[in-house]
Amino acid sequence: MRKFKEFIIEKLILICGLASVFFVILIFLFLLKEGMSIFKTVNPAKFLFGKNWYPISEPGQFGILPLISGSLLVTLGAAIISIPIGVACAIYIAEVAPLKIKEILKAGIELLAAIPSVVLGFIGMVTLVPWVKNIFHLPTGLTALSGSIMLAFMAMPTIVSIAEDALYSVPKSYKEGALALGATHWQTIWRVMLPAGSSGILAAVMLGIGRVIGETMAVMMITGNAALIPHSILQPVRTLTATIAAEMGEAVVGSEHYFALFAIGIVLFVISFMINVSADLFLHRERQ
Amino acid sequence: MFKKGLFLAIAVLFLNNAFAASGRNSIQIKGSDTMVNLGQAWAEKYTEKNPAEFVAVTGGGSGTGLSSLISGTCDIAMSSRNIKDKEIALAKQKGINPYEIKVALDGLAVVVNPKNPVSKLTIGQLAQIFTGKINNWKEVGGQDAKIVILSREVNSGTHVYFKEHVLRRGDPNSKEEFAPSALLLSSSQAIADEVANNPLAIGYYGMGYISAKQKPILVAGDEKSEYIAPTIENVVSGKYPISRPLFLYTNGEPAGLVKKFVDFILSKEGQDIVLATDFVPINK
Repeated sequence: MRKFKEFIIEKLILICGLASVFFVILIFLFLLKEGMSIFKTVNPAKFLFGKNWYPISEPGQFGILPLISGSLLVTLGAAIISIPIGVACAIYIAEVAPLKIKEILKAGIELLAAIPSVVLGFIGMVTLVPWVKNIFHLPTGLTALSGSIMLAFMAMPTIVSIAEDALYSVPKSYKEGALALGATHWQTIWRVMLPAGSSGILAAVMLGIGRVIGETMAVMMITGNAALIPHSILQPVRTLTATIAAEMGEAVVGSEHYFALFAIGIVLFVISFMINVSADLFLHRERQ
Repeated sequence: MFKKGLFLAIAVLFLNNAFAASGRNSIQIKGSDTMVNLGQAWAEKYTEKNPAEFVAVTGGGSGTGLSSLISGTCDIAMSSRNIKDKEIALAKQKGINPYEIKVALDGLAVVVNPKNPVSKLTIGQLAQIFTGKINNWKEVGGQDAKIVILSREVNSGTHVYFKEHVLRRGDPNSKEEFAPSALLLSSSQAIADEVANNPLAIGYYGMGYISAKQKPILVAGDEKSEYIAPTIENVVSGKYPISRPLFLYTNGEPAGLVKKFVDFILSKEGQDIVLATDFVPINK
């Protein structure tokens, strides 16, 4: 009887484990099936490198270069802001902070991760957007920079908590050895701890970026959604995710527009897949 | 404990289904953001009179409403544009027969910040501004600064109407588009807020959204004609050049509960609500 129970539980867990892989494959196949239909009528090169996105015109123009560049620009901006702050924060928490402050900081960062993105977007819209507009004397504050700043807040919790783990898992003997050789605290962190934890920190950065590129609601609310190729970070942009979210409701099922949105989904999937794989590679390198 | 919870959840699920299937005492309405406030007002008044019935109103855009009607997830679609031939064909395919009911008129106001000295424009100038051919306020008599164009997202009936009737001047062969630099905002309220805060912005929306924080532009058909303000009288008399009908679409001729609701909308009481929410009643 006990054996039978074990058997059932084992198989149940096996099914749960397989289910997640199964679902990913199903989702990808569905995405592929729907998205590839657009290439029957639109040339793939024209789709990826076309400069005009007018999906509801007759005939529609489906060039997603402005959307890709918008997504990349916002992500790049968010990375530039969040990586130094996030890594520095992780170093402080892992190496410098006294126990009490450490606990408070960790709780604060977890809280930051718990704020829903629509709330961050709303706060950004009423506070950050007018601020960006006034500081840079822009015609409008709905720009890529506003989106980057807001997204940096969202990437921070991921970067900080994973990078902190990476630093924590550096063997104690490294640190003790460095200190015994007469290195100062800072020298130890900079020359020993950071290089030793570098692959984990890189993985943290990659996962943070992965979070940023897939974010939708906040960017849709504060980046202005103008589909043009940006020349500076102070211009409005339209991201891949915001385009899907804003237009999916309208797209007539089975139309060119509908397939084009799924094709955008494939592009996004490929981008975040690459980011996740490279994060994985870094993590594995660390273990070896 | 856990089993009990699960059982409860399943029971609730079944009950829900039962209600949806048998208890036809609710109406789902979905569609045009322009009409959401109007739909809400109708629903409130209607449920006040018929407390046993339940009317749910959601926005999302005309396209969203029509595609829900086609996929059978709502009873009435609100739309600020006519249904497209493509959509009719698709509906027929799915066994849905869209039936059009004209319920109100709407004047489309073009608005700027009250600090902006520009107060009147012709349709031609509007077309040039929104397509990006005029990109500085000084070309239309304002200060020397870049124009910030605000538009609704592409799922909006207002977006489509403005493109067809202002940018393309009603010419079906025209290829004019909104300038790529136009900011696409997700609701009329977002446009109202941005215009209220930004002296360089110009946007458009149904005239129900005009408040003291925005200045409606007087619009003329061409340079020789009179510049007209977007007011209810001017829309009724047909003098204001950018006005459009608002529709409800149902599956086939309305029957039962839906018919009762539509009749209420077309009654004097329903049309008074139209007026109270700053739209223009029909049957005048």
